[in-house]
Amino acid sequence: MDKDKRNINYNIYVESKVPKTRAWPSLIKAFILGGTICAIGQGFFDMYTYFFPNLSESEVSTCMLMSIIFITCLLTGIGVYDVIGAWGGAGSVIPITGFSNSISSPAIEFKKEGIIYGICVKMFTIAGPVIVCGVVGSIVCGFIGYFV
Amino acid sequence: MINIWDYVISFLVGGFICFLAQILVIRTKITTARILVLFLIIGMILEVFNIYAPFKEFAKAGATVPIIGFGASLARGAMLAAKEDGIIGIFTGGLTASAGGIAMAIFASFIFALIFSSKTKRGGH
Amino acid sequence: MQTYKLKNNVYILEGFTMVGPLEGKGPLKDYFDYVIQDDTLKEKTFEKAERKLLYDLIINAVDKAGLKLCDIDFFVGGDLLNQIVSSSYTARELNIPFIGLYSACANMTESLAISSIFVDNKVANNIVAATCTHFSSAERQYRFPLELGNQRPPTAQWTITGGGASIVSNIPSKIRIDSVTFGKVIDYGISDVNNMGAAMAPAACDTIKTHLENTKHKISDYDIILTGDLGKLGSEILIDLMEHENIILGQNYSDCGCMIYDKTEKVFMGGSGAGCSASVLNSYVLYKMKKGDFKRVLMVSTGALMSTTTSQQGDTIPGIAHAIELVYEANCDNFPNNKIIKAKNSKLKNSKTKAKNNKSKI
Repeated sequence: MDKDKRNINYNIYVESKVPKTRAWPSLIKAFILGGTICAIGQGFFDMYTYFFPNLSESEVSTCMLMSIIFITCLLTGIGVYDVIGAWGGAGSVIPITGFSNSISSPAIEFKKEGIIYGICVKMFTIAGPVIVCGVVGSIVCGFIGYFV
Repeated sequence: MINIWDYVISFLVGGFICFLAQILVIRTKITTARILVLFLIIGMILEVFNIYAPFKEFAKAGATVPIIGFGASLARGAMLAAKEDGIIGIFTGGLTASAGGIAMAIFASFIFALIFSSKTKRGGH
Repeated sequence: MQTYKLKNNVYILEGFTMVGPLEGKGPLKDYFDYVIQDDTLKEKTFEKAERKLLYDLIINAVDKAGLKLCDIDFFVGGDLLNQIVSSSYTARELNIPFIGLYSACANMTESLAISSIFVDNKVANNIVAATCTHFSSAERQYRFPLELGNQRPPTAQWTITGGGASIVSNIPSKIRIDSVTFGKVIDYGISDVNNMGAAMAPAACDTIKTHLENTKHKISDYDIILTGDLGKLGSEILIDLMEHENIILGQNYSDCGCMIYDKTEKVFMGGSGAGCSASVLNSYVLYKMKKGDFKRVLMVSTGALMSTTTSQQGDTIPGIAHAIELVYEANCDNFPNNKIIKAKNSKLKNSKTKAKNNKSKI
């Protein structure tokens, strides 16, 4: 009992000692990076609409996302994306690039453990929850769509 | 043909979503995987309540590029397929709609993992 | 008793350090024996690079001390990787009896303490105590893949690439190990893995307090008191905790994690890892002691004893700290039997282990 009290007090004390960093610079960086990635996405969207006028809007959207995902994987491979991510924080995570980076970074990192047990197994260590929650959530939504 | 306004609104809306996420990161020390899942679910909820479609109409790529758009397309695919194909559509719809993105992420990661190897972080970030 | 006062004279004969490129740019760069420019050391994986680093450290430390590998009775050490593979795989190459230890980042003082007790009780003549860490191998084991674009919180620390090896011996040198204190495992309920300094500070506080009580020394008796890798935040917390115990840490207190990096590097709270205290102790501290600038040094390495599994399950982080006290021996050069003991040791070893000698010349 006494120990619990001591630990709680210590945690409160440590919390008070943690240096308060100014939040604004990182918020602005996240805003700029996230906004830029979305604007680039819009650029791809317009480009595909212009060159392939036969495609439907959702198909163009898919092409645009695939292009961004491909470029992110390439940037991750050449070791640039972690620098961008450290600069922009959530601005690099929330766009689809974050999902792409979280798949490609463990794949590249764990290559040394082999193709099967390294790349294939570890590929989803970070992005796995996104796919699991995505599939489960979509099925729930499907039921909602079916019955409502 | 190219509408500058589309770019401005994409930048502003996409930036604002990331801004909100960064506030969460600073306040709660949330990890990458958690924040991705959280925004994915937000996207699904927006789609279920039919808010996402007008939002996308307004924000263009500012709505589709963030992971919210990924969640919304999963949800929309499942709901549409459920109406068209019945029970089987509930299970096939979501992944069918988002197959392009997931397939490209896996394929590109696999190829680049074969080509590149990881490098030590240069200190200072 | 927690503190063991060495009855016979036990010395640190020599120390050798190697650090990575980033540490090699820091304020202590002139003290390190060798700065690696390519941190893969031309190996395929970072784990292999860490092994190579440890192997090079030991070979060079033995060489610097003027000994041969066959003069070394034991290799005592550990590292941060799972099942301390770097140390055991290094021991595989060395052909020396191996005592593997694990107390996370407190490995260096624990190895030195165990070694000195061995030498004190005449179980061994020369022991090599070594540990090292590699940023990239630690990062992929404890945190995220290197390429993941994530931001670290401001309380995070930077695992150093580098390490140190010391030769603990009964051959007199200017640095004598006076006493050692083994710490208790102490947990104050911190569960944030990005705030190791706060988790380890209570353990450091307890060990320093116990050591002072048992040796009846005061803070002012020491020229320098060094903690291992508490970082900026952790050392501030330690100063507060000690003040609570009515012990004022003054100008002579410093932390290896704060010393090793340049202030302009963005390494957050400073360096961490087993190699941190090992490299600072074996370079800066030994150099200053040989020159006679430091007469009495208290080295307290701190370690956080969690694993990725326990922290994912929400357990709190237990901390540990081991202390060793080093004393400057001014008249070392006047020891008449300095050379003789050295010759005797190596002669004895040679005659005993001739077969081994041939083998171990790698």
